[in-house]
Amino acid sequence: MNANVTAVPGHPHSEAAEIHAQRELGFWLYLMGDAIIFALLFMTYGIMVGNTAGGPAGRQLFSLNNAALETALLLISSTTFGFASLSSRAGNRSAVMGWLAITFLLGAGFVFLEIREFLGMIRIGAGPDRSGFLSAFFTLVGTHGTHVSVGLIWILILCAQVAIKGLSLPVTSRLFRLGLFWHFLDIAWVGIFSVVYLPGLL
Amino acid sequence: MFGRLTIEALPFYSAIAATGAAMVVGGALLVAIVITWLKGWVYLWQEWLTSVDHKRIGAMYIILALIMLLRGFVDAIMMRAQQAMALNNGGYLPPEHFDQIFSSHGTIMIIFMAMPFMTGLLNIAVPLQIGTRDVAFPFLNSLSLWLAASGASLVMVSLVIGKFSTAGWTGYPPYSGIQYSPGVGVDYWIWALLISGVGSTLSGINFIVTILKRRAPGMTLMRMTPFVWTALCTSVLMAFAFPAITVACILLALDRLLGMHFFTNELGGNMMNYANVFWIWGHPEVYILILPAFGVFSEVVATFSRKRLFGYESLVYATAAIAILSFTVWLHHFFTMGSSANVNAFFGVTTMVIAVPTGVKVFNWLLTMYRGRITFHPSMLWTVGFIATFVIGGMTGVLLAVPPVDFLMHNTTFLVAHFHNMIIPGVLFGYLAGYMYWFPKAFGFKMNEPWGTAAFWFWIVGFYLAFMPLYVLGMMGMPRRMEQYNDPSWQPWLVAASMGAVLIMIGIACLIMQVIVSIRDRKKNLDVTGDPYDGRTLEWATSSPPPPYNFAVLPEIRDREALLDMKERGVAYTPPARYHDIEIPKNSPAGVIMGGLSFVFGFAMVWWIWWLAILCGLAMWATMIWRSSDDETDFVLTAAEVERLERARYRELEAARS
Repeated sequence: MNANVTAVPGHPHSEAAEIHAQRELGFWLYLMGDAIIFALLFMTYGIMVGNTAGGPAGRQLFSLNNAALETALLLISSTTFGFASLSSRAGNRSAVMGWLAITFLLGAGFVFLEIREFLGMIRIGAGPDRSGFLSAFFTLVGTHGTHVSVGLIWILILCAQVAIKGLSLPVTSRLFRLGLFWHFLDIAWVGIFSVVYLPGLL
Repeated sequence: MFGRLTIEALPFYSAIAATGAAMVVGGALLVAIVITWLKGWVYLWQEWLTSVDHKRIGAMYIILALIMLLRGFVDAIMMRAQQAMALNNGGYLPPEHFDQIFSSHGTIMIIFMAMPFMTGLLNIAVPLQIGTRDVAFPFLNSLSLWLAASGASLVMVSLVIGKFSTAGWTGYPPYSGIQYSPGVGVDYWIWALLISGVGSTLSGINFIVTILKRRAPGMTLMRMTPFVWTALCTSVLMAFAFPAITVACILLALDRLLGMHFFTNELGGNMMNYANVFWIWGHPEVYILILPAFGVFSEVVATFSRKRLFGYESLVYATAAIAILSFTVWLHHFFTMGSSANVNAFFGVTTMVIAVPTGVKVFNWLLTMYRGRITFHPSMLWTVGFIATFVIGGMTGVLLAVPPVDFLMHNTTFLVAHFHNMIIPGVLFGYLAGYMYWFPKAFGFKMNEPWGTAAFWFWIVGFYLAFMPLYVLGMMGMPRRMEQYNDPSWQPWLVAASMGAVLIMIGIACLIMQVIVSIRDRKKNLDVTGDPYDGRTLEWATSSPPPPYNFAVLPEIRDREALLDMKERGVAYTPPARYHDIEIPKNSPAGVIMGGLSFVFGFAMVWWIWWLAILCGLAMWATMIWRSSDDETDFVLTAAEVERLERARYRELEAARS
C-alpha cells in the first residue's frame, strides 16, 4: 500500500492535498460549464423536436431496446467506476486497473451501440442534414457520445498512469476527477433518455 | 490537398485590401527582424512565451490587446471616412469590403481587444491583491493566453488569405449560413471565436478557484479589494456564459460544414434560436467586460482621493447583483423578434432594474471623491471622464430598454452610439486607467504622465465628437452599417463624427508616445519602493516588478485596505524573521505549442484542409496528455536564494528612503 494514499482528494491534510482540492473545485466548475452546454443543447432539441420537415420523427427511428441497453451499459459502468474509486482508496492497484478495464469495456459497448444507431439512421436517409429535428438529435446525443469517447481515452491514460506511477497523490487525484466526469455523463444520459428517447417513443 | 485554398485567396483584387495585407505581413516581418537583430528569440522563448508567471502572462495579454486596439481602430476610422464621403456615391470602399470592416471591428474590439485587456489586468493585479504566489492553475493560464492569441491571429490572417465575415460581429443566420455566405469569412469568425472562447472559459475557472481558494491568511471575502470582487463576478460570468457562445458557434459551424438545419431557412431550421443562444452569452459578456473596469475605477478613485472607498459593502452587493441580473436581460437585444408584449415587458423591466446597482456604484465613486484630496493622475482623469460620460450612455440605455422605443431605434445609429457610449468610457477608459495605474507594478518604472493626460483629453473630446452625432442621426432614422446613403441632411453629422475619429487617432498616438517616452526615461522614473502612489492595497506591498514568488512570506491580513493598515501599524516593509523554500511552477512550452496548433487547426477548418485539421487535433491531444501526465511541474527556490533577493530589495528600499 502506498503511503500517499492516506491523503485522499477531498480530504485535505497537507499543502499538496490543498492543491488537489483546488483542482477538484476547478473541475467542478468545468463540469458546470459543460452542464450549460448540455442545457442549451437540450433547449435546442426541445425547440426543434417537432421540426421534422416531412422527414421521420423519433417514433419511426428510435428503438427502446437499444436505448435501454445503452442506459444499462452506462449505468453499470458508473457502478464499476465506483468500485475503481473504492479500490483506489484502499490502495489496491491491480483492482483499480481491473475495474477501470471493465468500465472501459462497458463504455466502449455504449459508444458502439450509439454509432450503430447513428449509422443505421443515416443509411435510411435520416441523417443530421435531413431536418432540424435530426440535426438537434444527432448533436445532442452525439455531444454526449463524444464526451463518453473522451472519457474512454482518459480511462486508458489513467490505467497507464496507475500501472507506471502507482497510486500516487497526483494519480488518485486525477482518478477522482475522471470519476466526477464519468458520473456526470451518466446524469446527462439520464436526461437524454428521459427527454429524447422516452417521449419520442411513448 | 489544400481544400478550397487557392492562389485566388490572396488580396490582389483590391488596392485597399492589398495594402491592409501588406501592413499585416510587413508588421509581422518587422517585429521578427527586430527580435532577430536584438538576438532576442531565446530570451523571448525562455522568459516570456513559455512563462507561466501570472505577471508576464498579464503583460502579454495587454500587449496583444493594444495591438488589436490599433487594428480595430483602423477599421473604425475607415468606416467613419467612408460614411463621411458616401453621400450619393460609393465612397472609396466597395460594399463587400465595408461589410468586412464593420464585422471585424466589432469582433476585434470585443473579443480580441477588450477580453485580453481585461484578462491581462486580472492576471497582473488579482494574485497580488489577494496575496498569493500565483493563480491556481498557472499552466492553464498560459494556455488561455495562447488560445486568445491564436484566435486573434486567425482574424489577422483573414486580411492576407481570403476574406473576413460580412455578417457583423454577431453573425446572425440565415445570412451567416452557407447559402448566403458561402465564402471563408464566416468560418474565420467562427473559429476565431471558438478557440479564444475556450481560453476565456478556462480563465474564468482559473480565477474563480484562485480567488476562492488562495487568499492570504486573514483575507475574508469582505476584506477583498473591490477589483478582486469584480474579478470574481466576471470570472463566474466567463465560466458560465462562454459555453453559450461555444454552442452558438458550433451549431452554426455544423450548419455550414455538415449541412445541418439548426438555423437555416428550410427543413425545420429555427434562426431565432441562434439569437437566443448568442445573446445568452452576449449580454453577460458586456458585464464580463465592464465589471473589472468598475473594479479599476474603485481602486483608482480611493488611491487618488486618499480616502477609503465610500460604501464598500454596497459596491460589492451591487457588483454581485449586476452579475446575476446580467443573465436575465438577453432578450432586449431582439425585442423586434416578435415575442409577445408581456415577454418584451419582462425583459424591459429587468433591463431597467440593472441600472439601479450601476447607479449605486456611481454614487460610491462620487462620494469617495467628495472631500478627498484628489490627485489628477491620468488614471484618475480616465475615471472622472468615465463617470460623467457613462451616465449619459446609461440613460440612453434605459431609453432603449423600453420596448416601444426600441422598436423605433432598433438597428439605427442611436444604438451604435449607445453601446459605444457604454463600452468606450465604461470598458476602455477603465482598462486604460488600470494600465497606467499598474504599469509601474508590472515593469518597475512609472509611466509618463503628460502624454497620458494628453491621450485622455483627445480620447474624451474625440469620443463626444464621434458619437454624439450618431445619437442625432439615429433619431433622424439613419440605420447602422450603411455603406452609402442619399439623405444630404445626414452628411454634416457624419463629417463631425469622422472628425471625432481623427481626435481619437491623436489620442492613440499619444498612448504610443507615452510608451516610447516612458521607456526612454525609465531610469528617471524607477519605482524602487514598489509603492509609487502611497497605495492602500496589498499589491503595493511587494517590489516592482514583484519577484517570481510575489511575497517571500504570505502577509497576514487584518483590514480591507491591507497595506494601509500595515503602514499604520508600522509593520509594512519589515523583513521577516526567517525565510522558507518556495515552490514555483516551471515554465512550460506546452501552452504556446497548443496555441500554435490550435491556430493551424482553425486555419485548416476554415479552408477545409481536413488532413491538416486531423493532424493538428491529434498533436493537440498528444501535447495535452504529455503535459497532464507530468508530475514534476514545480521547482524549489531555496530559502537562501529568497533571502538574497529580499535583502537586495530592502537595501534598495532604504536607499530610496534616506
